[in-house]
Formats: sequence, C-alpha cells, structure tokens
Amino acid sequence: MSATSISAPLPRRPGLRARQIRLLGQRLFSVLLTLLGLLLLTFMIGRVMPLDPVLSIVGPDADRSTYEQVYRQLGLDRPLVVQFGYYLRDLLHGDFGNALLTGHPVTEDLARVLPATIELATLAIIVGTLLGVPLGVFAATQRGRIGDHAVRLVSLLGHSTPIFWFGMMGLLVFYAWLGWAGGAGRVDLAYDGLVKPMTGFLLLDSALAGEWEVLGSALKHVTLPACILGLHSMAYISRMTRSFMLSQLSQEYILTARVKGLPERTVIWRHAFRNILVQLLTIVALAYGGLLEGAVLIETVFGWPGFGQYLTSSLLLGDMNAVMGSVLVVGVVFVALNLLSDALYQVFDPRTRQ
Amino acid sequence: MSPIAPTLASVDSPGPTVRAGQPESRAQALLLDLGRGLRRLLRNPLTVSGVVVIAALLLVALFAPWIATHDPLLQNLSGALRPPSAAHWFGTDEFGRDIFSRLVFGARITLYIVTLVTVVVGPIGLAVGVTSGYFGGWVDTTFMRITDIFISFPSLVLALAFVAALGPGLDHAVIAIALTAWPPIARLARAETLTLRKADFIVVAQLQGASSLRILLRHIVPLCLSSVVVRLTMNMATIILTAAGLGFLGLGAQAPLPEWGAMISEGRRYMMDSWWMVATPGAAILLVSLAFNLLGDGLYDVLDPRSE
Repeated sequence: MSATSISAPLPRRPGLRARQIRLLGQRLFSVLLTLLGLLLLTFMIGRVMPLDPVLSIVGPDADRSTYEQVYRQLGLDRPLVVQFGYYLRDLLHGDFGNALLTGHPVTEDLARVLPATIELATLAIIVGTLLGVPLGVFAATQRGRIGDHAVRLVSLLGHSTPIFWFGMMGLLVFYAWLGWAGGAGRVDLAYDGLVKPMTGFLLLDSALAGEWEVLGSALKHVTLPACILGLHSMAYISRMTRSFMLSQLSQEYILTARVKGLPERTVIWRHAFRNILVQLLTIVALAYGGLLEGAVLIETVFGWPGFGQYLTSSLLLGDMNAVMGSVLVVGVVFVALNLLSDALYQVFDPRTRQ
Repeated sequence: MSPIAPTLASVDSPGPTVRAGQPESRAQALLLDLGRGLRRLLRNPLTVSGVVVIAALLLVALFAPWIATHDPLLQNLSGALRPPSAAHWFGTDEFGRDIFSRLVFGARITLYIVTLVTVVVGPIGLAVGVTSGYFGGWVDTTFMRITDIFISFPSLVLALAFVAALGPGLDHAVIAIALTAWPPIARLARAETLTLRKADFIVVAQLQGASSLRILLRHIVPLCLSSVVVRLTMNMATIILTAAGLGFLGLGAQAPLPEWGAMISEGRRYMMDSWWMVATPGAAILLVSLAFNLLGDGLYDVLDPRSE
C-alpha cells in the first residue's frame, strides 16, 4: 500500500486524473502490442502452412511462367518483413483476402457467420450464469459438506466432458430418441431462408418479422446446443462463485451480520453476494470468451452455420485467408473481452480507484 | 482455462508452514512431509477415485496386448456395427473392429500425448516464468508480452491454427498442444517467483555470492514446483480434451490409429443406429479427464497451506 491511500479522505487530488490517463495509456499501448503480436503470429502461421497459395490459385496444370507471375503478384518474392507490411496494410483496409470455399471476401463471410455464433453463445452464457451462480453460492454455504462435494463433482464433470461428445449424445437422446429437440442447423429445412436476415440474429429477425413458426423452430434448434455450451461455462462460473463467496463469508462484517441476528438468507444474498457481483461480472465476461472455444466444436456437431464451423471447414480445406482471418477475429474478441472485464472492474469497484 | 491463471496464481502462493515434530535430516523431513501430504490427499474420496482411474489407465496402457480381447486393427466386415455382446463387450465399428480393444490401445495414445506435452511444457513454462519473475525489467516485459499473445487466443483455436500450419497428424497435434499449453505455467511460475525474489533467504544467498542460476535452480524453482505440479495435473485434463477435439475434427491422430477423439469422429456417421461407436470412446475420455481433474483438485487442496 502506498502512502497515498492513507490520506484517502481528500477526493480529487491533483494529479489523480493524470495518473489515470497515464495508466489508461499504458494499458492501451500494451493491448496494441498484443494485437500486433497476434497479427505476427497469424501471419507466421499463414506463411509456414504447407499448402502452396500460388498452386491453389493457378491450379496444378499451369505452366512455369504463369506460376511465377502469380508468385510475384502475391508478393511472395519479397522479404518476409515487407510481406508482413503488406499484410498489415491490407488488414487495415479491412481486406482479409478472399475465401477459397465461398469465393467471397473473408470479412463478408465472417460478418455472415458471426451473428449465428453470438446468438448461440449469448444464450449459452445466460444458461451458464443462471445455473452456475446459485450452485456456487450453495456450495459455499455448504462448505465441506455433502452439498459442496456434489457441486464440486458437477463442476468437475463439466470441465472434463468432451463437449463435442456431449453434443452428440444430446442429439442422440433428445433428437433421435425423444424427438424433443430440433436437429442440425438453425431451423427446420422447411423454414430455411423464409425470414429475410436483418440483424443476422435469427431469433430476433423472425420475431421482428412476426414469423412465429420460424421462431418456434429456431428456438427448438438452439436450445440443445445452447444448454450444452452453457453447462460448460456453468462449471467455470460455479467454481469461481464458490471461491468468491468463501472469501466474503470468512470476513468480519459477515460475522457482525450474523451476530446481529440477521436471517441467514439476508446475510448470504444481501451482504456477501452483493460484494461479489463485480467479480462475477468480470468472470462472466471471461467465460463468454471461453465459449468461443466450445463453439468451434459444438457448431461442427450441430451443423450450426456459425463461426466455428466456418473455421474448421476452412481448416480442412487449407483455406489460408479464411483461417487467418477467423483466428485473428477470435484473438481480437478475446482481447476485447479481457479489456472489458478489466474495465468493468474499474468502473464498478470503487476499491480499484486508488 | 487461461482466464483462471491470474486468479489461481494469486490464490495459491505457498507460505512457510510451521510443522510440529523435529525431523533429524532433510531427507527425513521431506519424507515426513510427503507422508503427511499423501495421507491428507487420500482422505478425500474424490481424489482417491481419480488416482484409481489414473492407475487403471497406466495399467491398461502398459498391458494393452494382454487386456485387449481382439486385434484393434483387425477388420471383419461381416461382423460390422454389432451392438455390445459377450464376444464384443463394446460392440464393433463399421469395419467390424472390436471397440473395446481399440479403446484399450487408445489408452496408449492418450498417455503418449499427455506425457509428451507435459514433459515439454513443464520445464519450458517453469524456465520462462522463473527467469521472467526473478530478473524483472526488460526480460520480464519481453517474456510476458509473448505469453500474453499466446494467452489471448482460446487454446483450442490456437492449436487448430498450428495444426493447420503443420498439417494433421498425431505428432503435429502434440506440438500444437504444447505450443498452447506453456503460457499459463509460465504465468504461474512468474507469480510465485515474484513473491519470493525479495525474500530474506534469497537476499542472503545473493550476498553470499551465489550466482543467479544457482539461486534460481536451488532456491526458487523448488518452491515453485508444488503449484506448478498442481497446474500441470489440471492441465493434463485439458490436454486430453484438446487432443480429443483435434482428433474429432480430423486434425489429430489419423486412421487407423485408435485415438479416442478420432473414434468418435468415425462413429458420427453411424451414431443414430450404432450409438456404442460414439458413446464408449467419449465415456473413456470423460473418465480419464475427470480423473486428472479430481487429482489436480485434491493436490491443490493439500498443497495450498491456507486450506488447512
């Protein structure tokens, strides 16, 4: 602790603003460096790919001179540093190149597939939070007893289940056997393309258009994958909630509250829980980033036309532009979520404003 | 897992623990310590079940040829897609291969991946983290900047990108996973080192003229080891899941290798009628990765001095 925190009663000391701005600047600078590193990494990955980008353009039958021409057109004869420069320039112009599979610019493709993933991930995080938080609080109040162990086991199970397998088992049971859930894709085939995409979020679009049948079908399709993804983040959220709650419950103000004779429910939810809200918010933001990882696998299983499926199908085709573009987008989203989680802390927790 | 890293690091810094009894030598003290730790570890039934499963995995992998009831690669097209029976405990796949035997041999592949990645990642993460934390300054800045870049990707996506660059295959999957798994270890080792570097006993060693290398190896690394081991154990579960995910996407071990994730991927087409092709390898992955998580969790409790 610095001496400044002792003389805290003086609000708005001169220089405080300046220091905040400097801190913010440092933070932004380090984020920029990380982003540059991300670019360098995706660039290097793209360069060492064993696939010949020239060959995929000219085809295997092209003669030598055509090959060399395209080789030069792509700038592959330049030094790596210069190539990286070109790569950066193109990216800054929003040019990720064209995807082999679709023939469209990668940016266009990504804009088309991302809403599907965001829709899925958002529902999943809601499921994960609604289940994870109460479970974590419950485990903390039951510390060391059977309830605590049960929650611990559930959360470890969530961590240990191969999510793609869980998805397939879910499909088998709830789609093939019970017929409760919709199958692959975002809606039943009969409804496909009925609603004109406005936001790209199918649930929103169909509700706006008043296509209730489509909405129903979409809901039927999204529920299972969202729940399975959600169980995954539930594991993480419940664990963190438990440890946050435990650190609050061991503090003296809780003892005071209990000694005052407050009902246990008030102590837990009004006193302890309110104090972990900020931490929880940051955790949920981070868990949202973690969902992207699960989405890659879950989308493959459920034939969900989102970002994860786009990434894996481009990977299998060796479509360099698409892979680099999508990996970059994931990295940026991840960095942004980390930043957001930091910012939430700064904004909502007065203790971080020294 | 990466989002947990900073929190874990700040939570489980090892403090000095006061111990009753007077051991006469260093070795005896160590043994006493180990014994006490082991007893506490085995008091938790969940941890014990984890240990049992891991031991079983080791045995199965070691004695695979004797445990397997069939040749895992032997095809028998007339007996394809048979449900579980007395002859084929977990049924047969689309080529009539015995799934139980394939699972048994698959245990070897799983262990191979986990061991190789851990052996590579542990020392690298430790070295980077400890150097970074001890020297500080530009060494720290550089190392941590690089670590940050790696951490800013979800590990599966990064592994996917690396495999894309290297080409599919078991060994490439191992390299890709190793490349994504070291940063959290480095972060943790750095955090541990930061709490130690200004400690009195380190200053004393420095004044006695000990070289930096000696201080790092003899004084700092041993104290970081316990939390790094916990983290590595928990990582093993993640490694298994990532490897299985890569196998499932067709980017890890290639056919006809009986890798569990790849087996699920093969079974996908036949899943609706032959559920056992998918159910059993997935259950195996779940069981093993749960076991490593349980062990890691138990170790964490024992090695965290404040949990007493």
